[in-house]
Amino acid sequence: MKATQISVFLENRPGRLLQLLQVLARAEVNLEALSIADTADFGIARVIVSDPVAAMAAIQEAGLTAATTEVLRVELPDEPGALARHVVEPLAKAGVNVEYIYAYSQRVGDRAVVVLKTDDIEKAEQVLG
Amino acid sequence: MIWDHEHETMPRDDLRRLQGERLRALAARAHENVPFYREAFDKRGLRPEHIRSLDDLPLLPFTTKSDFRDHYPLGLSAVPLEQIVRIHASSGTTGKPTVVAYSAADVDLWSEVMARTVTAAGVTRNDIVQNAYGYGLFTGGLGFHYGAERVGATVIPVSGGQSKRQIMLAQDLGSTVLCCTPSYALYLAETAEEMGTSLRDTKLRVGIFGAEPWSERMRREIEDKTGLLAIDIYGLSEIIGPGVSVECEHQCGLHIFEDHFLPEIVDPATGEPLPYGEKGELVFTTLTKEAMPVIRYRTGDITSLNPEPCACGRTMTRMDKISGRTDDMIIVRGINVFPSQIEGVLLQAKGVQPHYLIIVDRQRTLDDLEVWVEVSDEVFADEVRQLEALEERLRRELQEVLGITARVKLVEPRSIQRSEGKAKRVIDRRDVYSG
Repeated sequence: MKATQISVFLENRPGRLLQLLQVLARAEVNLEALSIADTADFGIARVIVSDPVAAMAAIQEAGLTAATTEVLRVELPDEPGALARHVVEPLAKAGVNVEYIYAYSQRVGDRAVVVLKTDDIEKAEQVLG
Repeated sequence: MIWDHEHETMPRDDLRRLQGERLRALAARAHENVPFYREAFDKRGLRPEHIRSLDDLPLLPFTTKSDFRDHYPLGLSAVPLEQIVRIHASSGTTGKPTVVAYSAADVDLWSEVMARTVTAAGVTRNDIVQNAYGYGLFTGGLGFHYGAERVGATVIPVSGGQSKRQIMLAQDLGSTVLCCTPSYALYLAETAEEMGTSLRDTKLRVGIFGAEPWSERMRREIEDKTGLLAIDIYGLSEIIGPGVSVECEHQCGLHIFEDHFLPEIVDPATGEPLPYGEKGELVFTTLTKEAMPVIRYRTGDITSLNPEPCACGRTMTRMDKISGRTDDMIIVRGINVFPSQIEGVLLQAKGVQPHYLIIVDRQRTLDDLEVWVEVSDEVFADEVRQLEALEERLRRELQEVLGITARVKLVEPRSIQRSEGKAKRVIDRRDVYSG
């Protein structure tokens, strides 16, 4: 299932992530998944939230640089080997490259959820059914 | 020691007369041979014959760095190309460099004032001069080379860089004189320490340091660390290169070779001449240069002049160490850098906002240039490697335009302080200007 991810440019110094989280809290947007990619100078915070439109408006209002990206939200059994068997292996066989992947903070029922960015979202969605 | 007693110790009245004669001839020559000056004279209703003595100097028009840009590359030449034997260049305020031309007589003049310069620093035919100024379009390398050869010294044309090899050559060849930028001298001192030796253990005794501003504190640090007598030298390519002025062994101001390079101090805002002792913008007129004579060139450097005789015997006016700039030019590793050059690169890069901040620092001893660029929504990408590619692309383009490496750091929008009126574009954390 496709989901809208918001990426936010953050300088790599204390307090920057805090500002983003406070902006989301004030907008009463719930954080469902969070991942941070970092370099020496800057980081990119990627979030999945309950209300992407409200979150994006609040983030831009706060003057942060942000962009939205289509990603895949995939549910899978919460058991050893599941990620390989149900997600990564089918994609590899189909020639779809995974650019990054991170986990949801909450499980849905007894299933785990991951967020996936690939080089071909349509094909990936097809493969993963 | 004095190379040219006749001129360097000339009574000031005689000197003024000589300068007046040369100024008169220059006005006629520039008016006749350089369309730019002819127009500038005509615009003021000025005829060459109005210039009769030194007192008429303020009648003449100024020349600025942008005049060089507007007549790029050789539009300010006063001689046909067949009389030009050499071309040098320094960086300009925008993408194009400032190009300067020399006739055979100019190269001879340059060698002569550089012979005076190295002699003032105590260099003789018995010295071995390690010339670590860059050879090439930059005037430092060849300027020192010709001057040191003219006094009969042995020249090692090692050019800049390869610091360990510099130390090895100084040890093995027994260099006695080091020519380079002051920050590179400190860097060499540290390199020697890392190699388990010291410049104090070499035969080096004098350093002739210039091409960038440096403070008295830095001089003491260099002298402490290296054991060298650290002599300050001043010059700029528009006038001739190095060889415009130099300190003598008394280190009490830089003697200007004013029989060739006529100095003035003017109020940077109004252009009005200021009396001796007052601080203002340094202006030079080249009295004898052939290929590209320059009238009242605004250097942008802030200093004051002192005509009192010096203990060394020279009568030539002394200028104080440079204490600042009238514009936003910064000098990094001996290279002139203008914020407008950096702005030009950013404006051409798609999606980058022209909000930037230049930070100059001295990491250990070498100057370090960092450019902060705000990331706009247009250029922001979700992927780290795309942003890193942007940094790399900007870094390459800056290197291309500036001629030196700059680090690029992406920062959040509005994190660079906006100010009313002129934005603060440069933070210089080095201690380069005295007082």
